Amino acid sequence: MSADTPPAAKTTKAQSMIGAEGVVRSLEMLGITDVFGLPGGAILPVYDPLMDSSKIRHILVRHEQGAGHAAEGYASSSGKLGVCIATSGPGATNLVTAIADAHMDSVPMLAITGQVFSHLMGTDAFQEADIVGITMPITKHSFLVTQAADIPGTLAAAYEIATTGRPGPVLVDITKDAQQEEFDFSWPPTFDLPGYHPVTKAHGKQIQAAAELMATAEKPVFYVGGGIVRSEAAAELLKLVELVGAPVVTTLMARGAFPDSHQQNLGMPGMHGTVPAVLALQDADLLITLGARFDDRVTGKAALFSPNSKVIHVDIDPAEIGKIRHAEVPIVGDLKDVMVDLAEAFAKEMGKKKLDIAEWWAKLNALREEYPLGYTEPPDGQLSPQFVIKRIGEISGPEAVYAAGVGQHQMWAAQFIKYERPNAWLNSGGAGTMGYAVPAAMGAKVAQPERVVWAIDGDGCFQMTNQELATCTINKIPIKVAIINNSSLGMVRQWQTLFYDGRYSHTDLNTGHDTVRVPDFVKLAEAYGCLGIRVTQAEDVDEAIKLALATNDRPVVIDFVVSADAMVWPMVPQGVSNSYVQYARDHAPSWDTEG
Amino acid sequence: MTSHVLSLLVEDKPGLLTRVAGLFARRGFNIESLAVGHSEIEGLSRITVVVDVDELPLEQVTKQLNKLVNVIKVVELDGDQSVQREHMLIKVRVDNTSRSPVLEAVTLFRARVVDVSPEALVIEVTGDSGKTNALLRVLEPYGIKEIAQSGRLAIGRGPKSITERVYK
Repeated sequence: MSADTPPAAKTTKAQSMIGAEGVVRSLEMLGITDVFGLPGGAILPVYDPLMDSSKIRHILVRHEQGAGHAAEGYASSSGKLGVCIATSGPGATNLVTAIADAHMDSVPMLAITGQVFSHLMGTDAFQEADIVGITMPITKHSFLVTQAADIPGTLAAAYEIATTGRPGPVLVDITKDAQQEEFDFSWPPTFDLPGYHPVTKAHGKQIQAAAELMATAEKPVFYVGGGIVRSEAAAELLKLVELVGAPVVTTLMARGAFPDSHQQNLGMPGMHGTVPAVLALQDADLLITLGARFDDRVTGKAALFSPNSKVIHVDIDPAEIGKIRHAEVPIVGDLKDVMVDLAEAFAKEMGKKKLDIAEWWAKLNALREEYPLGYTEPPDGQLSPQFVIKRIGEISGPEAVYAAGVGQHQMWAAQFIKYERPNAWLNSGGAGTMGYAVPAAMGAKVAQPERVVWAIDGDGCFQMTNQELATCTINKIPIKVAIINNSSLGMVRQWQTLFYDGRYSHTDLNTGHDTVRVPDFVKLAEAYGCLGIRVTQAEDVDEAIKLALATNDRPVVIDFVVSADAMVWPMVPQGVSNSYVQYARDHAPSWDTEG
Repeated sequence: MTSHVLSLLVEDKPGLLTRVAGLFARRGFNIESLAVGHSEIEGLSRITVVVDVDELPLEQVTKQLNKLVNVIKVVELDGDQSVQREHMLIKVRVDNTSRSPVLEAVTLFRARVVDVSPEALVIEVTGDSGKTNALLRVLEPYGIKEIAQSGRLAIGRGPKSITERVYK
C-alpha cells in the first residue's frame, strides 16, 4: 500500500486531546498560519482551541463567502494553501460559490466545515445540510469525518490533494461529536490515497515529438494558461520562449505568467483579447499549449478555432487534453519540469540552426502596429474607466497585487494594467464570480502584507461582498479598493447595447452621475472606517491614487464615477469564429485567413 | 453511439456511488446499466457500467472517472475479450394449458423456475442480453406480469485480473 506523509513532517509523541484540538494541531503541523472563518454551533468546539493557537491567525469575516474568496486570494497571490472555516448548514452553503470558483480556477483551498452530531445526520436537524453531497461536483475531493481519530490523517490527505497535481478545493466536513471526542493525537499521521497519483514527469517520447513539431513550425504560438502560474513555471517558460523565439499569448488566467513588457508577448487572447493575440492563434500552424484548457471564452466557436494548426498540449490533468481540441502531441506532466525538458529537446533538435519565423513575425508586427490596444474617450465626456485603471497600474507598478471582480472592469484591468510577474493578477476567470475582488484582495494582503493590494471592482460586484471592509478595518488589512462606478451592471449593459437594441433591462444600479447614489460609496467607506474618496474628473485621478498608496492605517475606497457608455474592445461576438474579432464597434480587421 | 462496458475498481467509501453517478449525469453521459458489488480485496468494490457513448467522449469520461480520488482503476472490457452476463427474474402468467409450453421454453433457454403458484411462475435466467431478450419475446404472449433485472456484469477472459498491480 502506498502511504504518504504530510509536508511539514515534524513528529510528535501521542498525546490525548479532543478532536477539535486535533484540528488546530493538525493545521499547525501542516504549516498553516492564516485561516478565514466564522463560527457557529457545529464548529464551536474547534473555535475554542483556535483562540489559544499562537501559530494560526484566524480572521473573522462577515460572511462565509468572504472567507472562501479570501482563502482563494491568499492562495493565488502566494502559491500557498488557502484555508477557510464555516459552521454547518447555511455557514457551509455560503462557502459554495467560493469553492466552485476555486474549482474552476484550480486554486489550492481547504474548506473545513462543522457538521451536526453524527446521530442527527439525515434527520433534517437544525442547521443540517449535506455539504459533502452539495459540493461533490465542485471540489477536487471531499471528506466526511465522524471520528476524532480520523481528523489528522484526513486533514493531511486533504492538504496533499489540494496542493499537488492540478490544485483545487478540498472540503473536510467534521461532525460535532468527532470534534468533542477524546483521542490520541500523533504526527505525522499516515493516510492512504490508492487512487490518487498525479503524473508529474512527462514521457520522453512525447517531449521529443513536441520538439520536432516546434523545430519545423512556420507559424508557432505559445498559448499560455493559468497552469504556468499554479506550477510556478514562469522562469522556465521565459527561457523556453526566448530559446524558440515564437510569439506568446497569455490567457486571462495567465496574465503575468510571461512579462507584458517582453517583445514576444502579444497580450491576451479570447473574446476581449488583443487583435494580434486573437489572430495569431487563429492563423497559427502550431499551438504550443501550456496549462491552458481551450475555454470557450478563448476559442470562440471551437470548431472554427485555429483551423490550420497542430496542437502540442501540456497539462498536469490528463482530462484537459483532448477535451475540447484534439492534440497531435499530448503531454501529461508538471509544466515546471516539462518546460526544462522541452527546452533541452528543442535545443538538441535545432543544433546550431535557429527557427526561421521572420515572415510570421512581420505579419504579427504589422497587426500590432495597426491594432494596438487602446480606447477612445467616452462620448458623454465623462471619466474614462480605462484611463483610471491604466493609471492605477502605472502608479502602483508591477510589484503590486491586483484583484478584480467580474465584468467590464475585469477585462479593462486585464488589458490596461501591465503585468510583469505571476501571482500579481487575481481574478475569477472560470466561474466569473461577481464579488470576488474585495475578499480576494483581503486574502492577498494577509498573505503578502508588504505588497500594495488593489481590488479593482465594479459598482455591481462591490455591493455583493463589501461587508468584508469591516474585516479589513478591524484586522488592519489596509487594502485599496477602486470602484469603477459606471452606475450599472456594465458588461450586461454592453451586451444590451450591442445585441438587445439598447434596451437596458434591469442593469441600472443608480450609484453614479445624476442618480440618487444609493448607496453613497464614500459614506459607506467611512461607515466601515475606511478612507473614502470620490473622483469624477480625469485631473483628480492621479492624486487620489497617490493618496490611497500613502494611506496604510486603514483601507481606502475610491469611488471613480465613470462613464456608463464605455465599452470593452476588442470583442469577438459569442458563437462565431475568432476571425471576426472586432477592434472597435463596427470595425473588424482585414485578415487573410488562408494565410 | 455504441455501447461500452467499463469496469471500475473503487474504494468502498460512503458516497462513492453518488460521485460516479453524478459524474456521468454532470457530463451528460447516459448510464445504460450499473452493477455494484464487492471485489476480492477487502475495502475495494467493483462497479460495472454500461454507457452509450461515442469513442471520443468515452475517453473523456474515462479520464474524468480516473480523476475521482476514490477510483483506483478504470478498464474498458470489449465483448470479445470478456464474459458479460445479465441476470433476470421474470414473473409470467400461466394456467393449466399454458404451463407446459412455458416450461418447455424454460428448458430450451436453460433457465430455471424458482417459484410456482397456480396462476404464475417466476423464472430465473442468466446470459447475455441477446439471450434474456429472446426469452422475454417467447414468454410475452403468455403475459409477463413483472421483471427484475440486474445490471450487466463483466469480467476479462484469461488469467489476468483487474486488481493486479493495484497495490505496490
